[in-house]
Amino acid sequence: MALKIEKDHQRFRQIVKGKIRKDLRKFLTRGELLGREGERTISIPVRGIELPHFRYGDNNDAGVGIGEGESGDPVDGQEGEMGPGGTQEGQHILEVEVSLNELADILGDELKLPRIQPKGKHAITSEKDKYSGIRSTGPDSLRHFKRTFRAALKRQIMAGLYDPDFPIVVPIKRDQRYRSWKTVKKPQSNAVIIYMMDVSGSMGDEQKELVRLEAFWIDAWLRRNYEGIESRYIVHDVRAGEVDRQTFFRIREDGGTKISSAFHLCKQVIETNYDPNEWNIYIFHFSDGDNSSESDSRECCRLVREVLLPKSNMFGYCQVASAYGSGNFINVIHEHLDKEDGVITSRVNTKDDIYDSLKTFFGAGK
Amino acid sequence: MSIETKRPDLVRHAKEIMEIASNAGLDFFETRFEMVDFDTMQQIAAYGGFPQRYPYWRFGMEYEKLRKQHVYGLGKIYELVINNDPCYAYLVADNCLTDQKLVMAHVYAHCDFFKHNFWFSKTNRKMMDEMANHATRIRKHIDRHGHDVVESFIDVCVTLDNLIDPHSPFMRRETSPPGSQVAREAADRLAKNDTPGFQAKPYMESWINPPAMKRKQREDAAKERLESRGRLPEQPLRDVLGFLLENAPLEDWESDVLAIIREEAYYFAPQGQTKIMNEGWATFWHSRLMTTKILRDEDLITYADHHSGTVAMSPGRLNPYKVGVELFRDIEERWNKGRFGKEYDECTSMSEMRKWNKDAGLGREKIFEVRSIHNDITFIDEFLTPEFVDRFKMYHYRFDPATRRMVVVNRDFKKIKEQLLFMLTNHMQPYIYVVDGNYANRGELYLAHKHTGVDLDIKYAVETLKNVQRVWRRPAHLQAIINEEMVLFSFDGEQSQQQKVHEDLPQPAHSM
Repeated sequence: MALKIEKDHQRFRQIVKGKIRKDLRKFLTRGELLGREGERTISIPVRGIELPHFRYGDNNDAGVGIGEGESGDPVDGQEGEMGPGGTQEGQHILEVEVSLNELADILGDELKLPRIQPKGKHAITSEKDKYSGIRSTGPDSLRHFKRTFRAALKRQIMAGLYDPDFPIVVPIKRDQRYRSWKTVKKPQSNAVIIYMMDVSGSMGDEQKELVRLEAFWIDAWLRRNYEGIESRYIVHDVRAGEVDRQTFFRIREDGGTKISSAFHLCKQVIETNYDPNEWNIYIFHFSDGDNSSESDSRECCRLVREVLLPKSNMFGYCQVASAYGSGNFINVIHEHLDKEDGVITSRVNTKDDIYDSLKTFFGAGK
Repeated sequence: MSIETKRPDLVRHAKEIMEIASNAGLDFFETRFEMVDFDTMQQIAAYGGFPQRYPYWRFGMEYEKLRKQHVYGLGKIYELVINNDPCYAYLVADNCLTDQKLVMAHVYAHCDFFKHNFWFSKTNRKMMDEMANHATRIRKHIDRHGHDVVESFIDVCVTLDNLIDPHSPFMRRETSPPGSQVAREAADRLAKNDTPGFQAKPYMESWINPPAMKRKQREDAAKERLESRGRLPEQPLRDVLGFLLENAPLEDWESDVLAIIREEAYYFAPQGQTKIMNEGWATFWHSRLMTTKILRDEDLITYADHHSGTVAMSPGRLNPYKVGVELFRDIEERWNKGRFGKEYDECTSMSEMRKWNKDAGLGREKIFEVRSIHNDITFIDEFLTPEFVDRFKMYHYRFDPATRRMVVVNRDFKKIKEQLLFMLTNHMQPYIYVVDGNYANRGELYLAHKHTGVDLDIKYAVETLKNVQRVWRRPAHLQAIINEEMVLFSFDGEQSQQQKVHEDLPQPAHSM
């Protein structure tokens, strides 16, 4: 039985989502959100959902208790918590669990991101029959007994042929009911995100935190758009290597930077695992824009134009600000790849830029 | 679903417990038990005990909170009972038999309390129907005016739902009904511009009511009439919601919504006023009846476990079940042993007091009397004794800014009682009065907070005032003492403002 309160509950969730949307810019910049990540849900503290009342203020924090204790002893279990008046701010923050998909929807709505159009003929991979309806013709093996007899009973009552004292119901052909099915097409587009990050000496913790946040939201949005998404992680300084997710965000190397090394590895990963005809491939590169040489930067551009771009839906380059380095790589990309459609760049100097950065990346709906 | 259809075995128990409770002297409305599953129970709890309420997201929020509590194993709702005639009570389907019996005994005592406690005497005993009507009415408004419009107006009203006067249902109107003898005479006098004066024989009239004095009285009365003519309300009014309902320029559907919220607030008010007593009374009787009459051998462990759970105290939090039940037990014992009255009060020997027993046997009579006439405040005020505070190791605690923790201050009886009474006064809600409905002759609303030792929360006050203005339409003001200074908060529909009250400001009709 559906509960009456379901409607109120849904409305409440809707309001919560509205609040989250309003504060989205704030949430986007909050690292602690990531720590709250559960299996598929994330719990978000929602402020300001409580309605105001005239109530007592803070100079009211006293009460009566029962138990042991001398004068001056702390009242256990009361750390920072107020008495029965409930006057502490903290008590009014409601934590609400939101699924990652819901969060991505909010993100999409707020940033006005178009839904991604998966490419390729393999966008639809599975078809499933679902028995959801009833019709009056069909094979006997699908006959719905209960519905058939109900129809017969109805007909007999209408026709005045039904005698409650002698309850015999005989279906005729017109009463036969059969289960019917619908073919449900389940969109199952395969996608892979390849994250590449510069981990040379100039990328500090602050920069990595920016990357982590940006990557989290990129992940959330793409996951919303594709089922069965894969992620690959590549780090590089002068050499590149593939790592797992944990390492990706933690690893720290010293030394110089050769961005092309990562692009070469990326190419290799794609060529061995992901056929561009079947996969939607997303490539993101994070760096502080410092490369060892101009020639390597040019080599990178060549790789992107000739190899990576034809194979992928999008090549995103995200440059984080760093105290070191020239930050010149983004300019090189602009210079050489300006005409290319699938290349999108953005600068993220502070956490506040993530909002706009995401908009730049996914505004085109690819 | 009623237990008759779902659990016929429980019907037998219910009947048995009902008889036991009646024999013990409890007198209740007919009580109907409903059997529900956990989810439904949570819904009903979120709806404040009712199977139906008007559509509103806050119930959904409550529901989410309760569900989460349950998922994390932080709380379990055992019992729910509605003050209604007949009384409805809910049993959770998968509770064990011992729990069901315990809940039934508990519920019968609640019903007795609802029926006989004075503070409940003015509540609507057909609230079950009324709530359903409210739901229908609000749905009708939603259909006609749109969901968002109605919802945001409910939001506004709900923020004001503590601005009622729980005592007002008991007030008798001072003014005589029009058409009565007294009213006619008063109207006569007013027409002749006469004042009552003293009773006198005609030939004594000029001495007993000298013309000069009569003239002065006439003038005074006229002046007073003139002054009070513009006064709205005639006296400071605590029922802010009622005042708004009568005087704010509301559309029909808006008044209806406000009236619904107000009516429900009044219905729930006595439950807030008698939390300790009501739970104490129910706990007192379930434990008395269970341990003397109802318990079977196999129930014992479960009962002891669950009963001690209800009356458990956590440090720093006062369990109303515990305080209530112990006070009732204490009262019963004191009146059984005659530990009251002048003689006992004047006794100075501790050892004598401890041994005191006059075999008065008045305990039962006394507790029934107490449950009829008291509310939490008078209950604590009258029956909390130093011995009780001592026996239950009660203490007074306070927030210590140095350690940022709550610390025990002391075990001083006077202080503890004071604190308890303060916490119960107006249910920890500030006193807000309407003191002028035509402030500065500009049709503005002037509210005042009666300071009882604690300041208002400024942030909340400013926000709430906005909602007052939304109902009143004209600017609204709130006067409150903040940090020992009289401050006037104002909201004119666009801007919030706050200023110190100074002499140049126009005076409201009544001062607070």
